[in-house]
Amino acid sequence: MKQTIDNSIQFNIQTSDQLTRNVTPLLHEVKHALENLINNNQTTMIDLRSIPLAPGEEDTILNSLGCGEVQAELNALGLSEIYETTYAGVWIVSHFNDHNELIGRFIEITTMPEILRSQDEDILNAYHRLNEGLDDNQQTKESMVEKVS
Amino acid sequence: MTNDNSTLTSKNDHASLVDTLASHGVSRRSFMKFCAATASMMALSPSMVPAIAAALENARKPSVIWLSFQECTGCTESLTRAHTGTIENLIFDAISLDYHHTLQAAAGHGAEEARMIAMEENHGKYLLVVDGSIPLDNPGYSTIAGISNYDMLMETASGAAAIIAVGTCATYGGIPHANPNPTGAVSVGDLIKDKPIINVPGCPPIPVVITGVLTHFLTFGSIPELDHLGRPKVFYGQSIHDRCYRRPFYDQGLFAETFDDEGAKKGWCLYKLGCKGPTTYNACATTKWNNGTSFPIESGHPCLGCSEPDFWDGGSFYKSLSMPTENLTKTAVYAAAGAVAAGLVVGTANKMKKSKVAASHERMTIDDLEK
Repeated sequence: MKQTIDNSIQFNIQTSDQLTRNVTPLLHEVKHALENLINNNQTTMIDLRSIPLAPGEEDTILNSLGCGEVQAELNALGLSEIYETTYAGVWIVSHFNDHNELIGRFIEITTMPEILRSQDEDILNAYHRLNEGLDDNQQTKESMVEKVS
Repeated sequence: MTNDNSTLTSKNDHASLVDTLASHGVSRRSFMKFCAATASMMALSPSMVPAIAAALENARKPSVIWLSFQECTGCTESLTRAHTGTIENLIFDAISLDYHHTLQAAAGHGAEEARMIAMEENHGKYLLVVDGSIPLDNPGYSTIAGISNYDMLMETASGAAAIIAVGTCATYGGIPHANPNPTGAVSVGDLIKDKPIINVPGCPPIPVVITGVLTHFLTFGSIPELDHLGRPKVFYGQSIHDRCYRRPFYDQGLFAETFDDEGAKKGWCLYKLGCKGPTTYNACATTKWNNGTSFPIESGHPCLGCSEPDFWDGGSFYKSLSMPTENLTKTAVYAAAGAVAAGLVVGTANKMKKSKVAASHERMTIDDLEK
């Protein structure tokens, strides 16, 4: 029989309709975290890597939460994908490395994931860079004026 | 062994981690991403991210000396092959790996000189990582640059701030220590009693667990909380069984009886196929392997219990825990000529059976595997 070469690796991971049953409790945890955000303005972060999930269950959680209005990509030490779910205040943050391998996935219950905010240190650095750039431009202009005159 | 974390520090005269990151053009936002991934890697709560960021800002680049003794290099392979992304590279940029004879270009006296210099310059501050067991019967079983493993360990450990024993060989003797232990292999903890030792067992350990422990030391300048076997509780605090996604099947009494029956196909519990998950403490079920892809049980194979002492001598990998195992220590004594001869006959018979099975394409059974 002629064999065809398929470069993709096929996994035959066993699944079942009777899985860990951690999906519903996790969604309840999200609900409680939302309550905490509403009542106490406290943010919560859930690390999906720390919970035993069967094959397909993480997808079930993500599908249950859906994808809402806001999506963002961050290019910092590899890609990060951030989006708000259909439930306002519930965000999915996925960090990838340079090889596009997932290195962490979190559910953040917050008004805005911290990593999306401009960081104070970066703002200060930006100010200095812009200031130095403008100074350099000013000096260049002045030296040109001097040459012309 | 002492567990006094307060006496430890990773500070030395090298640049801080933040300096290292800044030299890579890493923004604060990237740094926070690094901290989030680090918290996940160290199995810490995401709420610890700000604390990690604060600690890393003051962390100094520690010197690390890595010694490899009676081992298969699987632990180093696990660490270096599995994660090659930027964040992991930054962690390795953030330590000064001054000696690792498998990875370094130098060999022989040049390499040993590098070790001696690192020991001298960072005396009392460097981190010693060891993989492999130490043979005591005859020093000639394993030497590096003509130095016995025992002498090299004792010499290098004397100036270390702490020791990380990586892999089951370094932590409990591992396969070299298995019955009948022909080289007299012992673990690091059998020999060193006056230094903090962090045991990171596994055959090999999960790479993220190795980097997680290194990162904990780098971040907080201390060793993590350990269990009674010297293992970090954050990674070894719960059994594979308790964190296994197949656990509900165990509770319902639903078991795979063979590797290809309906139960196996439905992903039922592998306890009856010899799974050592109930007595094995490790992070495989949550951290998983190959960047969180899966772990052995998810691939349909029982846990072998490789992060537990003497896992190789615990009887068949394919017998359930509830079945009595023969007293394997007695097998060390059966080396009488008659017994050896009998063993050879049985072994030959089994070999013939396996050949016959292969030739006729008969299905091998668990009983065949055990022979």
